[in-house]
Amino acid sequence: MAASPAYGEEKGGSSSLGEPEYGHDPASGGIFASDYKRHDDLKEMLDSNKDSLKLEAMKRIVAMIARGKNASDLFPAVVKNVACKNIEVKKLVYVYLVRYAEEQQDLALLSISTFQRGLKDPNQLIRASALRVLSSIRVPIIVPIMMLAIKEAASDMSPYVRKTAAHAIPKLYSLDSDQKDQLIEVIEKLLADKTTLVAGSVVMAFEEVCPERIDLIHKNYRKLCNLLIDVEEWGQVVIINMLTRYARTQFLSPNQNESLLEESAEKAFYGSEEEDTKDAKAEAASLAKRKPYVMDPDHRLLLRNTKPLLQSRNAAVVMAVAQLYFHLAPKAEVGVIAKALVRLLRSHSEVQYVVLQNVATMSIKRRGMFEPYLKSFYIRSTDPTQIKILKLEVLTNLANETNISTILREFQTYIRSMDKDFVAATIQAIGRCATNIGKVRDTCLNGLVQLLSNRDELVVAESVVVIKKLLQMQPAQHSEIIKHMAKLTDNIQVPMARASILWLIGEYCEHVPKIAPDVLRKMAKSFTNEEDIVKLQVINLAAKLYLTNSKQSKLLTQYVLNLAKYDQNYDIRDRARFIRQLIVPTEKSGALNKYAKKLFLAQKPAPILESSFKDRDHFQLGSLSHLLNAKAVGYQELPDWPDEAPDPSVRNVEVPEWTKCTSREKRKEKVEKPFYSDSEGESGPTESADSEPESDSEESGSSSSSGTSSSSSEEEEEEEEEEEEEGSGEQSEDKEGEEEEEKRKKRKEKGGLRKVSPRSMGSEEEEEAEGKKVKKAAGPQGKKGHAETSSEEASASESSSSGSDSGTEAPTVVEAKRRKTIPSSKAGPKEISLLDLDDFTPPLPQPVPSSNIISTSLVTDLEGLTLTDTSLAPALLSPAFGAVRTYELLHRMAGEGLSVEYCFSRRPFPGDPHMVAVQIQISNNTDAEVKSLRVSEPKLLAGMRIQEFPEIESLAPGDTASVVMGIDFCDSTQAANFQLCTHTRHFYVSIQPPVGELMAPVFMSENEFRKEQEHLAQQGKGKLTGMSEITEKLTLPEKCRSDHAIVQQVTSAANVGRVPCGADNEYRFAAKTVTSGSLVLITLEWREGAAAQLTVNSEKMVIGTMLVKDIIQALAQ
Amino acid sequence: MFQQKMIHSLFLINCSGDIFLEKHWKSVVSQSVCDYFFEAQEKAVDVENVPPVISTPHHYLISIYRDKIFFVSVIQTEVPPLFVIEFLHRVADTFQDYFGECSETAIKDNVVIVYELLEEMLDNGFPLATESNILKELIKPPTILRSVVNSITGSSNVGDTLPTGQLSNIPWRRAGVKYTNNEAYFDVIEEIDAIIDKSGSTVFAEIQGVIDSCIKLSGMPDLSLSFMNPRLLDDVSFHPCIRFKRWESERVLSFIPPDGNFRLISYRVSSQNLVAIPVYVKHLISFKENSSSGRFDVTIGPKQNMGKTVEGVVMTVHMPKAVLNMNLTATQGSYTFDPVTKVLTWDVGKITPQKLPNLKGIVNLQSGAPKPEENPSLNIQFKIQQLAISGLKVNRLDMYGEKYKPFKGVKYITKAGKFQVRT
Repeated sequence: MAASPAYGEEKGGSSSLGEPEYGHDPASGGIFASDYKRHDDLKEMLDSNKDSLKLEAMKRIVAMIARGKNASDLFPAVVKNVACKNIEVKKLVYVYLVRYAEEQQDLALLSISTFQRGLKDPNQLIRASALRVLSSIRVPIIVPIMMLAIKEAASDMSPYVRKTAAHAIPKLYSLDSDQKDQLIEVIEKLLADKTTLVAGSVVMAFEEVCPERIDLIHKNYRKLCNLLIDVEEWGQVVIINMLTRYARTQFLSPNQNESLLEESAEKAFYGSEEEDTKDAKAEAASLAKRKPYVMDPDHRLLLRNTKPLLQSRNAAVVMAVAQLYFHLAPKAEVGVIAKALVRLLRSHSEVQYVVLQNVATMSIKRRGMFEPYLKSFYIRSTDPTQIKILKLEVLTNLANETNISTILREFQTYIRSMDKDFVAATIQAIGRCATNIGKVRDTCLNGLVQLLSNRDELVVAESVVVIKKLLQMQPAQHSEIIKHMAKLTDNIQVPMARASILWLIGEYCEHVPKIAPDVLRKMAKSFTNEEDIVKLQVINLAAKLYLTNSKQSKLLTQYVLNLAKYDQNYDIRDRARFIRQLIVPTEKSGALNKYAKKLFLAQKPAPILESSFKDRDHFQLGSLSHLLNAKAVGYQELPDWPDEAPDPSVRNVEVPEWTKCTSREKRKEKVEKPFYSDSEGESGPTESADSEPESDSEESGSSSSSGTSSSSSEEEEEEEEEEEEEGSGEQSEDKEGEEEEEKRKKRKEKGGLRKVSPRSMGSEEEEEAEGKKVKKAAGPQGKKGHAETSSEEASASESSSSGSDSGTEAPTVVEAKRRKTIPSSKAGPKEISLLDLDDFTPPLPQPVPSSNIISTSLVTDLEGLTLTDTSLAPALLSPAFGAVRTYELLHRMAGEGLSVEYCFSRRPFPGDPHMVAVQIQISNNTDAEVKSLRVSEPKLLAGMRIQEFPEIESLAPGDTASVVMGIDFCDSTQAANFQLCTHTRHFYVSIQPPVGELMAPVFMSENEFRKEQEHLAQQGKGKLTGMSEITEKLTLPEKCRSDHAIVQQVTSAANVGRVPCGADNEYRFAAKTVTSGSLVLITLEWREGAAAQLTVNSEKMVIGTMLVKDIIQALAQ
Repeated sequence: MFQQKMIHSLFLINCSGDIFLEKHWKSVVSQSVCDYFFEAQEKAVDVENVPPVISTPHHYLISIYRDKIFFVSVIQTEVPPLFVIEFLHRVADTFQDYFGECSETAIKDNVVIVYELLEEMLDNGFPLATESNILKELIKPPTILRSVVNSITGSSNVGDTLPTGQLSNIPWRRAGVKYTNNEAYFDVIEEIDAIIDKSGSTVFAEIQGVIDSCIKLSGMPDLSLSFMNPRLLDDVSFHPCIRFKRWESERVLSFIPPDGNFRLISYRVSSQNLVAIPVYVKHLISFKENSSSGRFDVTIGPKQNMGKTVEGVVMTVHMPKAVLNMNLTATQGSYTFDPVTKVLTWDVGKITPQKLPNLKGIVNLQSGAPKPEENPSLNIQFKIQQLAISGLKVNRLDMYGEKYKPFKGVKYITKAGKFQVRT
């Protein structure tokens, strides 16, 4: 800083004048950046106390950086401004810092304290931005500070800050990989985060830091699947790619049976070894049959939840889903991706390029998938050449016996294109079609021969090369073509083509005995002027002729060999020497001479013309490695399917240790805004899994409450939240050990309620207090609450009691299994049973209802999520009802902005087992708060009862509330009429249940089922035959002919449980009507083809008849 | 070494090979890495044939070409290429959105904003904020007025207040939108992609449609747009704001819109019977053997007259290399022939069925050159106002959640997409 006195003076003079002078030309900084005088000016401006000057200077500096000019000497002047109050200046200083901190580490440290302060700022954006910059300056000395900051930010109350923390993880990792273990801890913590905002970023961090730690994903798998649709686009791509890998390690191949069939079918197509493969496969197939493949419900979950993303506007997302389906889906389902991929072909040419590469690979394995879109791959003259060639590749892959004529007609057009590279590629494509489809071989060959008279030499040359390959397959019949080609040697100059012709003539010289020596003669004449590859082929031809027709060609051969002997190229000299020794018998020549004929005239295998995309799918599709067809740095291999599926129970979420978020202070932080529709992620299987252990503990609470209450009372302080959650939900809790579902539903309802009601801190407290009150009133229920959250000692007793508690309703098979697992894992017993149940009943649109545990951490999370800020609109993306059929109770037009939908949640109603639980979702679309929403004046038929939902005090504009009410329909499908009241209005509404919702599933064994069926049948006889059995014949439509489809249709039509059945083509289901508990037994017998017979046994004739109708309708859809 | 994922650096390169902007999200990568790109560019001859993905010894270069600018990104490890390509296009879209054009001059003039944008859009090489609504809240786009004001007051385009957008639970819409005139406009734009063969029969045809929206509504409006005939739509892709489940169950587009201009959906109608081709072309193009001339005679006529005029008709033809010049007369409109690029452009204008436009004359070939054996394809552009060729019709637009009555409008337009006639 020798200049400092000088510019100090200057400064005095210019500071007043400076402003207009500096302010006029923002761009000039970049242009004159090399002028060091200007840098002095900049320093001066940065030192001034006017923000406008500083800003101007920073703008110029940024412009310099953008041009790639060095501005590092300004570092001291810039770094001083890091604490500048002006947000604009600050931002640009950050840009500068991030760029140069690495080079000026010592000075950069000056700025650190500013960021550390920023990390504590009450504004979440400032905290985030401080962390972002802090983690971006690559100065190793601050690693501990970064680590600390990341750890803290990872438990920040703002999801935005947590997202930034996730982003910072890879930055720190690349700075110091020794931090890996600590970072993994943070990742693990963030993976458990329930917000969509964080999900994408943390998975990205996971992929970068510890992609091998697949075990971290288990517990978060279902949550990720469920959140996926609401994650931002870029995060979706990362998550989908990761889940693809995950699924490959955890599930069985869905095509394990089919792939065998497919292979043998393909072999059959090409004739030959069909028989022996079949034998081999038969064995494998029988093996497979012994253990029928049932798709893991989690596998299905992934496929189901990614499918809608095929409609994303983002090509990367579509591609990610496409590759997921290609690698993971059963063969029959992969087809859905074709349409979406074809859509991408309208996008930018770079997108087309990548998509076509992938389509090319896919179209080899799954040709049928793209066949309907054949025409979308037709080529326009305006396409860039690289796109044309890729499309051509796809067209060639798609060619088969039926469409080949269309494709060849299309090729005909392409051959006349002006783009010669493209024409050459087309000719090769024709060659490939000809080799693959025997039927058109002659046509193609003739076409190619015609091209030999093309004016363009490149075309001719390419044709020659391809013809050569084709002829090799059946030379005998084509001496005419060979003769024709021989003539071409006069004209064609392209070396490769000349070489090909010479090789052909040499190879088949016996077919053209007259012409061959003549060609050799001509070639001998021009030998010295030929290219090397042509020379080699001339020698080759000479040798072969010498062996077959030495009389005519002996001298010529010797002449050629002599010429070659003095060639400049040593390869040619060597070859000449070698061949002379081999073919010309001399006394010295060894034993090889005898075999010369064999060596040269051996039958040569025809070349196989195959796609360069063949087998490229061993790279994960959509990856860079796939595109380059070479393993890129950092590529994660897509693992092969395991032979045995790893334990699926690892994905069940267990009760975590009660360590987090206990203190009051932390809880306050939970007051955060819900992001997107996070809470929705909680509906569905994640939650069902999550919520399981809780019910265990609940049951244990009731069965062994004395044991647990003592331990829990100590922890009372910490568990207020949970109690509150419990307490208010449990006001009407029934005395008997309820089925697990109830609990879970209540929780959900609770969550809905919470979310709806906007609350500030104050009201939270209030509610807590309220919760306590209720809890005290509820007495024993309160204890249950304790049990659930208390630590492991309690859960030990849980597991033992849970087994017996729920045992009665569970199928015996499951029961047995469960018992077995009890001793081994504390948290496990129920979860395993859950999965087993899933195995029996393939996944329903709505997750299997037999679960309801919310992990404590989930509870707290819900807590945090649901305390909404008033300014926020509801979670909008997907209704919480999931795939369950919803009905409209009140249209928003009729309801003056209030819209109400309901669905049958199929869980027992907690207050009364004889009631059907109806989940009601109320959305306030008006712009005013709706107050005191409640049910009133039910008009019911005799015997019917309604348990109204608790009054909703207020529903903010745009908010949605979900509540559950119970209705006892008396086993009839009569509608329940009532009024829905707000503080201003009354709406008349009615709920009419489908007959299938009037029952609850019953689990029984095969024997029990049969016994009951007989029993019912006898009863029928006792009274009137046919009174308790309804049988109907039906025809199953095409898509309803799989086990999965049938079961799904039936279970969606009625709330029934599947009963195991020994016979292959019989499906049994059982249920009990909710009110009277009469058994309903359903048997579906599937005969050959489409015919099937449905039998329903029930005392309740009306129900039986209606049920038959409904099921048939569902199956016919 | 440890992994460095996603996008490392970005270089913007103009057509003459100048690197006029560079941005590094991690440590600096030398400009010399672009030499590999230049090498590939040289090999490719044509700009559109530069491979989007280039592998170099230490890096991978993934590039896009937009508006005469190459966006070259430097990648170090495995990444889905489409991820990068899609992101780069999003960057270009954002520039377009901010500066009205995505040109070298615009970028140079607004280099600070560009830098700020790039900083916000990517963090450590991973996309952070790509929604235009959020970006605009973080960084104000330049306007003429504002740049004048800024030069006087010395303020810049960075938002003064902290944005809330990132924290809204609707990530694509900023909070607190206010308009005095509340308007919602939808443009249903359909493009016909077709290949017509020599004989005039359709080899391939499909309709690619989009609905572009311009929505200026205050507050948090919740819109639902329904169609008369939603089943027409074969394959749809959505803006993230659309509720997928509503579409699945009711075929209604229900959404809280972003503020301003955005593309609501893109769709495809691919059933060929549904695609009416609105024009036909009669053509006679021939080159005589052993003579240096040829004939050229093209007539364009309306095919299915739906009571609408076909207008804005332009025909472009890439003539074979051997063509030296063309001597034509047009009964309507004007034509140009560029002897360097060999592109013939005929600007026809409106087609009136009474008098069909015709372009006729002599083609001069290079003497001695062999007769071109291929005939060029004709690329046709046209426009039909007030018509969606697929027959798609918007039924109604309802707004919930806000009180005011918005002004609503739907416009239909049909255009030629990739419409090619082989001759």
